[in-house]
Amino acid sequence: MKIKDQKDLEKLKVKGLDSLYPKAMKINVGLATCGIATGAQAVFESIVKEIQKQGIDAVVSKTGCLGFCQKEPLVDVWQPDSARIIYCEMNPEKARDLVNELAQGKTRREWALCKLEEEEFIIEGTKRKYSITGKNGKDIPLYQELPFYKKQKKIVLRNCGFINPDNIEEYIARGGYFTLARVLSNLKEEQVIEEIKNSGLRGRGGAGFPTGVKWKFCRDAPGDMKYIICNADEGDPGAYMDRSILEGDPHSVLEGMVIGAYAIGSHEGYIYVRNEYPLAYQSVKQAIEQAEEYGLLGENILNSGFNFEIRISQGAGAFVCGEETALLASIEGRIGEPRPRPPFPAERGLWDKPTNINNVKTWANIPVIIARGADWYSKMGTAKSKGTMVFSLVGKINNTGLVEVPMGIKLREMIYDIGGGIPEGKKFKAVQTGGPSGGCIPSELADLEVDYEKLTQAGSMMGSGGMVVMDEDTCMVNVAKYFLNFTRDESCGKCTPCREGIKRMLEILDDISKGKAEEKDLELLESLAKVVKDASLCALGGTAPNPVLTTLRYFRNEYEAHIKDKKCPAHICPDLIRYSISKEKCTGCGLCLKECPQKAISGEKKKPHSIDKNKCIKCGICYEVCKFDAVEID
Amino acid sequence: MLNLTIDAKKVSVEKGTTVLHAARKLGIEIPTLCYHEGVSPYGACRVCLVEVVKGRRTGLTSSCTCLVEEGMEVKTDSPGVLESRRLIVELLLARSPEVKKIRELAQEMGIERVRFRKEDKECILCGLCVRVCEEIIGASVIGFINRGADREVETPFQAQSDVCIGCGACSSVCPTGAIKIKEIFDKRILETWHTELELKSCKICGRYFAPKKELEQLKGKVELPEEIFEICMDCRRKDLSRKISEIKTGMI
Repeated sequence: MKIKDQKDLEKLKVKGLDSLYPKAMKINVGLATCGIATGAQAVFESIVKEIQKQGIDAVVSKTGCLGFCQKEPLVDVWQPDSARIIYCEMNPEKARDLVNELAQGKTRREWALCKLEEEEFIIEGTKRKYSITGKNGKDIPLYQELPFYKKQKKIVLRNCGFINPDNIEEYIARGGYFTLARVLSNLKEEQVIEEIKNSGLRGRGGAGFPTGVKWKFCRDAPGDMKYIICNADEGDPGAYMDRSILEGDPHSVLEGMVIGAYAIGSHEGYIYVRNEYPLAYQSVKQAIEQAEEYGLLGENILNSGFNFEIRISQGAGAFVCGEETALLASIEGRIGEPRPRPPFPAERGLWDKPTNINNVKTWANIPVIIARGADWYSKMGTAKSKGTMVFSLVGKINNTGLVEVPMGIKLREMIYDIGGGIPEGKKFKAVQTGGPSGGCIPSELADLEVDYEKLTQAGSMMGSGGMVVMDEDTCMVNVAKYFLNFTRDESCGKCTPCREGIKRMLEILDDISKGKAEEKDLELLESLAKVVKDASLCALGGTAPNPVLTTLRYFRNEYEAHIKDKKCPAHICPDLIRYSISKEKCTGCGLCLKECPQKAISGEKKKPHSIDKNKCIKCGICYEVCKFDAVEID
Repeated sequence: MLNLTIDAKKVSVEKGTTVLHAARKLGIEIPTLCYHEGVSPYGACRVCLVEVVKGRRTGLTSSCTCLVEEGMEVKTDSPGVLESRRLIVELLLARSPEVKKIRELAQEMGIERVRFRKEDKECILCGLCVRVCEEIIGASVIGFINRGADREVETPFQAQSDVCIGCGACSSVCPTGAIKIKEIFDKRILETWHTELELKSCKICGRYFAPKKELEQLKGKVELPEEIFEICMDCRRKDLSRKISEIKTGMI
């Protein structure tokens, strides 16, 4: 069936609402990658089995990631007469028992994470209140009052965890494709660009170039054939925002792309998604097929005469292909290597035609901005960074997950309020934003407001949205080494500073971590960092030294301790630490002796043990197993 | 015509000119390694870096790829440029300490010692061989393999090439002498590319003079008398001088 106008969309919306809120109970299982990794597929199957066994009138559906990945697998239960209750940390047995309880009209309070009494339909700007008559879940905390969700504002993630990504009607039910219909029937191309410009939206891939301006460049570039591309080559360690959006709400990206294509004057688009995201690929592929079937993609979209088709191009797993010129080369079937800019892709892009490339999150923002208006959107955020940003909050943090917050939120709020602080009561040491291209921001800057400018001033960058939290046990030299090791492997190797320079920086860092470096090596490291940053061909090399430069800027004393005192203050670098057993504390229990893989520990029962330094490989097992804190590191 | 200043000297150049060429027009020498007039610019060695001021922005860029824009201000000898070039050459010298070209460049820049662990690679990955083989010869025998620090120029699967015509353009364009070609009796051996090709013998003197494959390809590309492809260069020259002397002595 081809949708011709708004009326047809309305009809599908009714169908979609019936699917979202059926007459019977509906159980949604979060089946994004994060859920599946924690066993959500088995939970799903267990629920289906139990429902069939008991003969319960219920619908079981899959949904995307609700963001609280720490608590996966998440299962949410919607019933026509009660609040939506979200259960967390499920397993097949708990899921089976839950269905049993539900069948008897009960809930399991102790497994519940939170409940929703209403849902926000962000496109329409409305709230849909559930009719709650039952008493179920009365003492369960509200979703919007849970510290993890309280400060979040979901625009890009509006549908993730709320709809079945495989069901286009559920997307339409929450206002999806209505914006496109309005754009194609009522708005001129320039008006769309103007609205995006006025909204202040900046590229969410990390560099933060104003999206409207970028679109205008491409629209104004001479040429009949123009391309638009969605960059889903998310490769930063610890970042998975784009994956979750494609898995949980692919149509939001497609709708954004069609609107962009109309504004720019393009009839062909690509989604470049990395091969390591098989689920995201499947999800997008299916979404494209559905949208084509409904006439929302392809020829004569919504009977407007506008044509636009989207193809998927799969990357082969090179981090550098996230760089736009390398991405273009990769789509063209050449080696994914950057080329000098200018010419910029807006002028000469895919197959030398004007091309506009935006990140997944940028595209997903578009329908909301057009629907709600630039004024509404630009009220959120700071002076130069508008709207919200999606971060994947990972590392040494209690609440790992995907969070969407208004720009300008303080790091402190991200880490302590949303993230719930550092596990085991440890001290917060630093946070790494922007992945291998970003930097480490120390705890002293916890009041920093997160936006493009502030992060850059602090020596880091917004990047695509990875946020890795580190605690007091983290060695900053080791962190710099980790990221440089990553960029050394992922550099394409084309230009000298990036290929040779990063390699040499890593050598120096390695020497530092082994206590083999001298003070002058630190100078050399700094001058190398500067040249790699300034002289590299593309942004990979241009930002690769950031982890080194920021750790040097904020944690220089740690570098100096490694060099001058030959000590690793965080007790991480194996060459600079020594394990010994305290004679006073050791009870001679023999546990360490039993566990030591090198047989380096000796001693008689009930008498203090000792470690043979020559045999010890510093694996730290004795330290971990000792119940009397008798194993010491110095 | 576009106007720009390079090191405070004014110059006008045609649209489409690179900063490197504009500088050469002024007699300003900029070192290059991966640049060659005959193939497309690549911007990889970064030895030709210059500082470009555009409005409020200043940045380093490769002069071989950067096209001149109206009002551009270029510096080829700012401390930032010189410092970057020096360190880049030092990095290359650490990679290829025995390569003459790099040693000379380092000497010109006053680099006295290398602060990094020395390697002994001959190839500096300038990519000239790859470009000449693709763009000029049209054979695309070689390409880059691996990534980052492991990058190398190689044939597909590091195996004997069945498209190489043995022309040796790669070797003649290589600035470091990294590409080894030798001839033993009736074979031309491209060691670096794991490839051996049969040579043709001269109809007159019998000497082996060019790979059969290369001559076959040339035949299809240029319109020359058939015998040109049968005779070695020496005999062709002898033949030509014989003809000239015949003209002189009025035998024709």
